[in-house]
Amino acid sequence: MSALTFVMKHRLDQRVDMSPLVCNKLDGMIPSEIAAIELQNGKSKIRVDELFRIKGDDTQNIVIEGSFAKLDFIGKQLEGGSITVMGDVGAYLGLEMKSGSIKVDGNAGIYAACEMKNGYLEIKGNAGDLLAAALPGNKQGMRGGTVLIKGNVGERAGDHMRRGTLLIEGNAGDYCGSRMVAGTIAVMGTTGRYLGYAMRRGTLLLWNQPQLSATFNDCGSHTLAFLPILFASFKNLNSKFAKESARFNRVQRYGGDMAETGRGEVLVRI
Amino acid sequence: MIINGVTIDETFAEAFGMKATRAIITAQNEKWAMISAQAMTGFATSVIACGCEAGIEKVLDPSETPDGRPGVSVLIFAMGGKGLAKQLETRAGQCVLTSPTSALFAGIDEGVQIPLGKNLRYFGDGFQISKKIAGKRYWRVPVMDGEFLTEETTGRVEAVGGGNFLVLAKSQPQALTACEAAIEEMRKIPNVIMPFPGGVVRSGSKVGSKYPALGASSNDAFCPTLKGMTKTELPADCESVMEIVIDGLTKEDIDKAMRVGIQAVCDLGAENGIQRISAGNYGGKLGPFHFHLREIMA
Repeated sequence: MSALTFVMKHRLDQRVDMSPLVCNKLDGMIPSEIAAIELQNGKSKIRVDELFRIKGDDTQNIVIEGSFAKLDFIGKQLEGGSITVMGDVGAYLGLEMKSGSIKVDGNAGIYAACEMKNGYLEIKGNAGDLLAAALPGNKQGMRGGTVLIKGNVGERAGDHMRRGTLLIEGNAGDYCGSRMVAGTIAVMGTTGRYLGYAMRRGTLLLWNQPQLSATFNDCGSHTLAFLPILFASFKNLNSKFAKESARFNRVQRYGGDMAETGRGEVLVRI
Repeated sequence: MIINGVTIDETFAEAFGMKATRAIITAQNEKWAMISAQAMTGFATSVIACGCEAGIEKVLDPSETPDGRPGVSVLIFAMGGKGLAKQLETRAGQCVLTSPTSALFAGIDEGVQIPLGKNLRYFGDGFQISKKIAGKRYWRVPVMDGEFLTEETTGRVEAVGGGNFLVLAKSQPQALTACEAAIEEMRKIPNVIMPFPGGVVRSGSKVGSKYPALGASSNDAFCPTLKGMTKTELPADCESVMEIVIDGLTKEDIDKAMRVGIQAVCDLGAENGIQRISAGNYGGKLGPFHFHLREIMA
């Protein structure tokens, strides 16, 4: 069986809801049934075969070719299987994803990995604001799994994040880790203002000294035993995080946000 | 069967089912990992009064440990799951959590999960931090020397306890020398421990006693000073008997350990005063696992 491939025929002016095209929903469907699925496109509907040329039949291995930034909800509630996207994606990539993997070789819009529960999500380019965050009004963002961003991320990455690992090879915008409940965010590049704003627990692991708010207190420099185990868990990733040279176990520890419960930490490589 | 002048008795050792787990202790160096492991496995020679049987399985190279530091793996055996969990937790709390630079990890992933650091975390008084890494939950507990890192649970498996053999020798020093040689070889076998002091028991027991309150008492048939007073199992010129008890994760592991141990004793042979190898046979009353000496040495 070859991968079920959706090749974009033409770009649309309106946004497209791609949530029906996930492995678990297509499981057992034949190509003609998949072709007849209607996707929401702005205020109207569009058949899958109007938008895409369809190749292959392995519904557990989906490829989207020629993707662009108006394809929203790719991999929504994905449960098993893999989705590979060639090109950019719109908002809500991997929303509430439960398991499986999503790989995007372009950029992603806002709310990527939003309320993700488990699985693996990789973006080769940049990700927009509110990566791994909670939907507006909700209290828990990403709840598990691993997200790897090879580029930069926008503001409020990991907002309300509850569990899981968010790996950012590039830079993070303002409010990174804001209102974080738990979990780990690692940033190899720089971070913006208001890092960890109102975070309750969780770890922000940084390669570069951040500009910290007054509500983060210096706890001194330490050798932490969990870091080698954390880095060892990255060894199979296709990432800078997997490199031996990226590993360290000695950090400057800052506790905060003291304006909240203050059980979070910012660990900066020394 | 006679090996190098040593008679292998036509008998079998009896062993019984136990619950077991393995924990891995790491530290800044092997010395401190060993200190912690020795403390954790102390006073754990027999379930009769210690609550569990525990011992050091082996020293681990940094490449074999979860955090890349020198380590020691320990095995703990108990008669029931609840008892094992209780012993593991108290020993981990008093002997590993307290030991400088230590960290504690699961040594068995499969089986029923029992608390390792799950409750020790409360020592952190709210400052403890949970980290779920590669599907496993770890706890970082702040302590005065830095952080105590522990895995939340470890696996509990079915195991076998009480495998044994007896070394009959012409003198006490010769019996001890033979047992030391056996223990040295047996310690190379994975998945087993010899829980008694130095791996050797000088006070092997029989089931029952003339005193109703006691479930076990001195194995008079193998006591050399009672040769003329009881139904002895010993030859006239036997002056000392020592026993090696083995707990293992499987019957096969105990088989292997007994084989190398008995072989090491036989290698010393009759010329070094070794007379016979026998076993703690209780007529099938003690347990369902039988280790026939001659089959093992065949």
